Amino acid sequence: MPERPTTEHLLEVRDLSVEFHTAAGTVKAVQNVSWHLDRGETLAILGESGSGKSVSASAIMNLIDMPPGKITSGTILFNGRDMLKMTAEERRAINGAKIAMIFQDPLAHLNPVYPVGWQIAEMMTTHGKPGADASARALDLLKRVGIPEPEAAMRKYPFQFSGGQRQRLMIAMAIACKPDILIADEPTTALDVTVQAQVLALLEELQRETGMGLLLITHDLGVVAEIADRVVVMNSGHIVETGNAAEVYRNPQHAYTKKLIDAAPGKGEIPAERERQGEPLLKAVGLKKTYGAFHALKGVEFSIMPGETVAVVGESGSGKSTLARAIVRLDDPQEGQVLYRGKDLLAMSAKEVFGLRRDLQMVFQDPTQSLNPRMSVFRLISEAWVIHPDILPKEKWKDRVAELLVKVGLKPDMADRYPHQFSGGQRQRIAIARALAMEPKLIVCDEAVSALDVSIQAQVIALLDGLRREFGLSYLFIAHDLPVVRDFADRVIVMKAGEIVEEGTVRQIFDAPRHPYTQALLAASLDPDPQVQAARRSARHNLEGLVPA
Amino acid sequence: MKSFIGKRAIASGVSLVVLVVIVFFLSRLTGDPTNLYLPIDATQEMRDQFRQMHGFNDPLIVQFGRYVMDLVQGNFGNSLRQARPAMDVVLEAFTWTLWLAVITMVLVTIAAIVIGSLAAFRVGGVFDRLATFFSLIGAAAPDFWVAIVAIVIFAVNLHVLPTSGTGSVWHWVLPVSVLFIRPFGLILQVVRGSMISVLSSAYVKTARAKGVQSRSIIFVHGLRNAMLPVITVIGDQAAAILNGAVVVETVFGFPGIGKLMIDSILLRDFAVVLAVIMVSALAIFIMNLLIDLAYALLDPRIRY
Repeated sequence: MPERPTTEHLLEVRDLSVEFHTAAGTVKAVQNVSWHLDRGETLAILGESGSGKSVSASAIMNLIDMPPGKITSGTILFNGRDMLKMTAEERRAINGAKIAMIFQDPLAHLNPVYPVGWQIAEMMTTHGKPGADASARALDLLKRVGIPEPEAAMRKYPFQFSGGQRQRLMIAMAIACKPDILIADEPTTALDVTVQAQVLALLEELQRETGMGLLLITHDLGVVAEIADRVVVMNSGHIVETGNAAEVYRNPQHAYTKKLIDAAPGKGEIPAERERQGEPLLKAVGLKKTYGAFHALKGVEFSIMPGETVAVVGESGSGKSTLARAIVRLDDPQEGQVLYRGKDLLAMSAKEVFGLRRDLQMVFQDPTQSLNPRMSVFRLISEAWVIHPDILPKEKWKDRVAELLVKVGLKPDMADRYPHQFSGGQRQRIAIARALAMEPKLIVCDEAVSALDVSIQAQVIALLDGLRREFGLSYLFIAHDLPVVRDFADRVIVMKAGEIVEEGTVRQIFDAPRHPYTQALLAASLDPDPQVQAARRSARHNLEGLVPA
Repeated sequence: MKSFIGKRAIASGVSLVVLVVIVFFLSRLTGDPTNLYLPIDATQEMRDQFRQMHGFNDPLIVQFGRYVMDLVQGNFGNSLRQARPAMDVVLEAFTWTLWLAVITMVLVTIAAIVIGSLAAFRVGGVFDRLATFFSLIGAAAPDFWVAIVAIVIFAVNLHVLPTSGTGSVWHWVLPVSVLFIRPFGLILQVVRGSMISVLSSAYVKTARAKGVQSRSIIFVHGLRNAMLPVITVIGDQAAAILNGAVVVETVFGFPGIGKLMIDSILLRDFAVVLAVIMVSALAIFIMNLLIDLAYALLDPRIRY
């Protein structure tokens, strides 16, 4: 008789291996992964994209489509029973009721055509609660997770909420049946820092109230430092390290963990300040932009010196992307001037702007969308010279593309490939090479590294920094991630609701922020060091004077 | 919403006017219908009298002016062939076609949605393959051929259904069945495709993580989202039948608007042709409005 597996843990994954059969061959998503979760504990699975960090959660929730997926080995013990041997109906009864899950992008994960009250109540009616009771509890849950005007909110649709509120709605739905375990897959990745802090705090409070086990899947060391008791570090389908979160950070055993911790931005010395002298390369004066009744920019002024990196930080809706688009004339403001070497870009004719286009280039957040999927890398990069033939004679294009690819850390023979054949980080390098092809003076980076894994992010930042030194480039660096800004920028502009609330050197902003909003942003930003984070937490609690109800 | 409907009505009114003008002049280009209506041995005097009576002697622009004046007073002119108001003739025929379209499209919609959704749930399964196979044949089948074969089999050989005309429920079976085939094939394909993408969406993943039953995932979470592209095709297909299922109505001798249109064109019954066009255009306008309203009804993000 086979030995019946036993476990003293609430949830235990043993020796799990999952494969996916794709056109390109079999991908071993996770191999022999084992971990466990206890009641009241928070376990973080840390890894970069493609590490397989979400696969075991998908296996627990029975979300792996088979085929193409296949669980080749392992057991998943929940309360001592192997979930992989249960019937589909038994699995369904556990999903939501006993083990609930929330996801990264709450807008995509809420059904767009049903009111949120109904969607939350459905969690309970699915598991046998009568409709009226479920609605009543849904309303209580909306109050509990801090949704304003909960009665009205019940009848609203997901698109009518902000990103942070949507994640609160997901959380309300997930805890509706008082599950034993809550799995949170990158729950705060798409959120602003201050909202991220609130959502993590909410998860923690709910865990304290209910004693549920929390499984957190994340790429962010800061999130681990903030909330996790234990951490499992994954790399290409294997667990490389596991242990107490603080100990793993302080004393990482595996080379990959060390690399990950080293790549985390925002540590070390702030680089020495450079003097600002001479004429600014670009100067914005009194920029105003409205969309209907919404004031996106309310008279913004700043300047960029040659060779300088100016970061614009702020949360969603602060107007930072509108500013970026105004600078390169993708979206003209209604009022104000953008003086490029003393000449107003906004007052120029289309022909004059065309001549200057090559000086001002932009790198966007999502290279998957900003690179035409039907153009080869060679065509993507050389298109610049098709449009501006005076830059380079045609016979030199091939050599120059190869040269640019080497410059951004790719190989010259990659020129014939198409964007989908590259990883996210490589695609962003292609986008940078394309911008460099124009031989620009200023590159506007709109969240250009936000979508990248930490280690890739560090590489791209190093690349941008090297190019600045080599070509004397200036950057306008739009970001929401403060540690990256600290590493990369010379000066920082803090925006809120269409206005600049504070401006200064990196040292001034990070060491001595004056404006309360800058202080709040910095306080909410997560440090990868659990000790630093613990200190900040207690400081935050003292600041608030109470644990929020 | 009201202003949206108002704007739409104005835009449609303008296109209707343009359409009437074009059709009026184009139809007169086909010549004088006198010879079609009078016996071959009619005297020149009788011919002149006929022309005089129906105003075919006046310059085109005068005829047009008269037509417009009558139109403004709600008079669509008389049918040459039936010698009664053209609009009465058209509305009679339109009622038949409307029923034909409604019955067919209700059956098509229900069948295509249920079968298409189930096919999408297990892509590549036996059910999916069968549904796809038959729907592609249906979408490609020429209706004149299907109609004739159906008559041969069910009316001529088996004697179970009447060949043509109206009168009993049985008269509807063949026209509805033949009209059913192509829209069913097309709409099933659209439902299946739309449902496949919806079922792989993030919110369906959430529903699975909630433990929602498969039936609810398909027909509650999936269907309402999957219906948006489907509605457009349903509207198109319904409009095609409303505009006159010319072939099917002719083959089955069904007194609908398609058959009336062909007959009036052949007989140069101008007043009826114009009335048919106006009624069809109005039907299309209402159909498009209904599609837009259905969009707003299904998707709260769409507001006019």
